[in-house]
Amino acid sequence: MEKVLVAMSGGVDSSVTAALLKEKGYEVIGGTMKIFPDYEQRYLDEGGCCSLSDIQDAKSVASKLDIPHYTFNLKDIFQKKVIDNFVNEYSEARTPNPCVVCNKEIKFKSLLNKALEIGADYIATGHYAKIVHNESKRNLLYKAEDPNKDQTYMLYGFTQFQLEHTLMPLGEYNKDKVRNMANELGFEVHDKEDSQEICFVPDNNYVRFLEDNYSNIGETGPIFDTDYNKLGEHEGLYNYTIGQRRGLGISLNYPVYVVGFDKENNALIVGKNEEVFSKGLWAENLNWISIKSLKEDMEVKAQIRYNSPAVEAVIYPGKKDEMIKVVFKEKQRAITPGQSVVFYQDDLVVGGGVIKNSFS
Amino acid sequence: MNNIYMDHAATTPAFPEVLKVMEKYFTEKYGNPSSIHEGGQNAARAIKNSRKKIADFINAEDDQEIVFCSSGTEADNLAIKGVALALKDKGKHIITSKIEHPAVLKSCEYLENHHDFTVTYLDVDKNGFINPKDVKEAINSDTILISIMMVNNEIGTVEPIKEIGKIAERNNVYFHTDAVQAAGHLNIDVSDLKVNLLTLSGHKFNGPKGIGALYVQNGVRLISQISGGPHENHRRASTENVPAIVGMGKAAEITQKKMKKRNENLKKLRDKLISGIEKNIDNVYLNGPRKENRINNNVNFSFKYVSGESLLINLDMNGVAAASGSACASGTIESSHVLKAIGLSSDLAESSLRLTLGENNGIEDINFLIELLPGVIQKMRNMSPKCD
Repeated sequence: MEKVLVAMSGGVDSSVTAALLKEKGYEVIGGTMKIFPDYEQRYLDEGGCCSLSDIQDAKSVASKLDIPHYTFNLKDIFQKKVIDNFVNEYSEARTPNPCVVCNKEIKFKSLLNKALEIGADYIATGHYAKIVHNESKRNLLYKAEDPNKDQTYMLYGFTQFQLEHTLMPLGEYNKDKVRNMANELGFEVHDKEDSQEICFVPDNNYVRFLEDNYSNIGETGPIFDTDYNKLGEHEGLYNYTIGQRRGLGISLNYPVYVVGFDKENNALIVGKNEEVFSKGLWAENLNWISIKSLKEDMEVKAQIRYNSPAVEAVIYPGKKDEMIKVVFKEKQRAITPGQSVVFYQDDLVVGGGVIKNSFS
Repeated sequence: MNNIYMDHAATTPAFPEVLKVMEKYFTEKYGNPSSIHEGGQNAARAIKNSRKKIADFINAEDDQEIVFCSSGTEADNLAIKGVALALKDKGKHIITSKIEHPAVLKSCEYLENHHDFTVTYLDVDKNGFINPKDVKEAINSDTILISIMMVNNEIGTVEPIKEIGKIAERNNVYFHTDAVQAAGHLNIDVSDLKVNLLTLSGHKFNGPKGIGALYVQNGVRLISQISGGPHENHRRASTENVPAIVGMGKAAEITQKKMKKRNENLKKLRDKLISGIEKNIDNVYLNGPRKENRINNNVNFSFKYVSGESLLINLDMNGVAAASGSACASGTIESSHVLKAIGLSSDLAESSLRLTLGENNGIEDINFLIELLPGVIQKMRNMSPKCD
């Protein structure tokens, strides 16, 4: 019998995942990562992933399914790889995507290693995405059946080895069906809310998180227009994202938006709406799934943030392997350095990378 | 599947006799010991009887020196906070070690944070021993309490309590020892050890959970940490947990009788397990002292290139219950402050395995472990990312 460690967060999706795999005949072991930093414990009452209560929820689901459950302490590595990176990105005036990093460095690396160490063949998660294993060819990743729940944007960092050892059964279902299954299975978690954006910021206030724990995250500085006329003062670059209009404290006879950061001068650059649009971008930290590497121009659909659709674009190999150029068919609004860009051909994930900068 | 329990430092099964004597204090003799009526008086007598047994167990002169409470942790809290608050006008300095149980460390931290106490956390040597000379040198005119554990729960080091007791006596400083891991394995004689306060926990020597005791030498002042009625001679309010108190007394009585013979056997098993592991697996490091002054049931190894957490799960899936580091409420392993204090790198500290033996373990269990472990370790090392 093949053995699988199901990463259980105590929520609906991973609970149903465990049930489905058990039903399919796998030997299922439940596992929950403990990643929540001790210094944020005080905010736990407001929710937050992987808290003690989530671990208890996971354990009670496991006992209902009559499967063993273990907790894995990954606090240190999570701090080092995910939170430190998150903080560093904001201090570099970029807008990070910690879930992408966590999937790549923690769930499908550290936790997968734990799974293999305890004799499992696979790790499984409740992500909405489809994995197709191919023995002789590349393993592939496809968008989920439920387009509203598809999470492939967060999952483009898979290596072939990781894909080979990962199962994501929920890719075939839509969320309502999953909730119904949870209900039928009698899981108390079936009406639990979907988890919030950043699991280690339980109150969802990342500015508060940064200021509480990393007091030297940034300083006030000037706000310039694109011709470097000073228009005001900002409160630290980490407070702003590209495309933002509110909270700038500037009144001109036209609406102004954040169009960029000048890290060297600790300056926030604002401009007119049309200045928020860009024709293309450069991406780095690339990972390819359906192809081995990008050798020539390729028509794709590119997605530049979690909650926006993929749009038509052409991707071009850079001079070196580390970077590529993405040119959109139509100009895109608020291309944000630090966020990921993920490439698709229909439902197939080609690969992705982290946005370095945009160009117009 | 096998069912080999080697986590006796975490808890032990209750003796059947313990369970038997406890039962009627739930159903028949359920009186409140504070009540005037006969049922109450019966319960009070049962407590008195048990108090006497615990006093005998540690050779205390007077059974009134035993204060029952809910756990070893609570007893440590009462000893440290209770004495500190009673003596705070005399001095505000406490001496303890870096390898104490969290119940002691966190109680000290609490006094530092909320009552302006100063605490000296003594270093230990590579085997976990506290140097009595360090204790002596740490004492100053402000010192009111020394708290050093009798046996370390993770690596089994037996501390030089008697020597430290002499130093404390000579300097007129109260001395508390957490003897939770010693009870049932070492003879405990409070007058010989010259301790003023001593902590015991029922479930570590085949008694029930939810019951502990603090020995408080007559004349030692302490302030109750639970406010309420005059129970336990004004030292611990709340209706006594009569069944558990009776059970703990019974466990102490039985343990005292069978201790000597059992412990000789455990020591043999321990040494066989240690030498078997060292012989069959390479890159292993014994944590704690080798023979002299190692508690008779403790085995603790670090296996290089192996995650202790995954090792435990692998053993569990093979029906062997063991431990690594210290477990917390969510069931995760936190890296061990004890292993860090004896100088282990964090890699080695996170690759530890603690096996603690008890009377139900036989030679066949030891042989099974010696057979099982090399394969499990080898398999894990083969895929360990730390290997490359």
